Amino acid sequence: MSGRVFLLGDGISTDAIMPGRYNVTTDPDALRRACLVEARPDFVQTVQPGDVIVAGRNFGCGSSREHAPLSIKQNGIAAVIAAGFSRIFYRNAVNIGLPVIRCVEAHRVLREGDHVTVDTLTGEIVGRYGVLLGEPPSGVALRIIEAGSLLELIGNGGWAALEEMQHVS
Amino acid sequence: MGTLTEEIFSRRLGRAVHAGDTVVAAVDVAMAHDVTGPLAIEAFRQLQAPLWDASRIVFSFDHVMPANTVAAAELHRMIREFCVEHTITNLFAEGICHQVMVDRHLAQPGGVVVGADSHSTTYGALGCFATGLGSTDIGVVFASGKTWFRIPETIRIDVRGALPTGVYAKDLALNVIKHLGADGADYCAVEWTGDAVTAMGVEERLTLCNLSTDFGAKTGLVAPDEITFRHTRSEPIDLCAVRPEYAQTLVVDAETLRPQIAVHPSIDNVHDIDELSGTPLDEVFIGSCTNGRLSDLALAAGILAGRSVNPRTRTIVVPASRGVYLDALAAGYIETFALAGALVLNPGCGPCLGRQHGVVGPGERVLSTSNRNYPGRMGSPDAQIFLASPAVAAASAVAGVITDPARLAPAP
Repeated sequence: MSGRVFLLGDGISTDAIMPGRYNVTTDPDALRRACLVEARPDFVQTVQPGDVIVAGRNFGCGSSREHAPLSIKQNGIAAVIAAGFSRIFYRNAVNIGLPVIRCVEAHRVLREGDHVTVDTLTGEIVGRYGVLLGEPPSGVALRIIEAGSLLELIGNGGWAALEEMQHVS
Repeated sequence: MGTLTEEIFSRRLGRAVHAGDTVVAAVDVAMAHDVTGPLAIEAFRQLQAPLWDASRIVFSFDHVMPANTVAAAELHRMIREFCVEHTITNLFAEGICHQVMVDRHLAQPGGVVVGADSHSTTYGALGCFATGLGSTDIGVVFASGKTWFRIPETIRIDVRGALPTGVYAKDLALNVIKHLGADGADYCAVEWTGDAVTAMGVEERLTLCNLSTDFGAKTGLVAPDEITFRHTRSEPIDLCAVRPEYAQTLVVDAETLRPQIAVHPSIDNVHDIDELSGTPLDEVFIGSCTNGRLSDLALAAGILAGRSVNPRTRTIVVPASRGVYLDALAAGYIETFALAGALVLNPGCGPCLGRQHGVVGPGERVLSTSNRNYPGRMGSPDAQIFLASPAVAAASAVAGVITDPARLAPAP
């Protein structure tokens, strides 16, 4: 996947991604329109499928609202690359099939608007500066991502797919 | 053998588990609220599976209760219809989900509880493993009664000595967050131990475990003791960490702590109150799943009795639950708040997440007893949020500026 970089800082909370005043809905398109509405008002207007979000530490901290990763996914973001993710955001993103890559250097090396090519399964991020190797989901998270989402994993593999997670290292 | 988390999961699974293991475990209760519940219901429906156990599923209307928009009313209706369809009777509209879970004894020592809300860590104060999940995970639990866990490493907080007068669990937790950082306990469990913790009542322990998620922890835990069992009205169980291996131990000298303030824009930007005294405030909020319990309201009422809130500082008090509200009424605290000029709102999340009451405007400063001061959390992203204890909040409401209760002028 290739696209442009939207660069965000450290500690981007789910309140910043999806403010509480906007997530009183399950409608995917309403969530799409509210993504980063106050933190990056230009985001929804300019984002294109294949673009990536690059951020610093503790991305998605705070509320467990799954509306936050859903709104990012609905905007066609190919991957969220961050120096660190908050636990629930990471798990939610994986569950709905939004690719996430941990990479400590990316937000320091990449600039706003950079064109990058991202391999969401290997974590390879290629741009004008060369190649960065991030850490893609592994273990249970990889199994879910490979299935497309948690609901697809269980839908296709039945409850055995859930039970088998305990054997994934 | 192991940390509290390892002990709880080893007992549940009937085999020894260790930090780093991935397990699939049954949960006792799965909770969702009026904002996360609808997405969980949609996930559950996609599975086209029967419901796991209606008696172990809990819904709470708290984030937007009563509904303030048609959209919120629609979400409530969706949940009500789901509960009727599946004969789920644990549908509550009597305060914040986390306090309702505690009031109704739905979280018990030694148990495993999951909730579609990040502050589900709160019940760890009762000696259970309690953690927040997203809606899809909770929807899967609605069908299976199980979920997967990676057994987390544990950070021990060893609080030595006694907290000084005027310093509370909130101050202790904010001080720990100052030292560890907003992501300092990522993916870890946190065990709160030491003299000051064992001396605390359940309400203050709930505050500690509630705030554990706000420095990244998967759960916060306090080993259950007589104080716990009296509160949960359950048979005592023998649950403690046995020769645990901690990833890290942070020693805190309780005796030297001052009242703490977390300053906009992040919860780890924590300062002694002395550095911020005199900061003007437009709003004070006393409530939330962090500090909306009876002991919190008692502290605030003790300061507000015979005083008035500053006319330029609108002051909002929200009891965490109906149970807290009734107890506060009986104790005369609600009358005290009303006489002091504070607004007392119905039990629920209130202004904490900027969705319903008490939304703040650009340039405004609010001091809140809640747990999050991210830009935009309580309204305009250009407002500033300060987090502190209920005592500091009440004193600051009277003065109209951030004020150490010890320095408040005597009541007239």
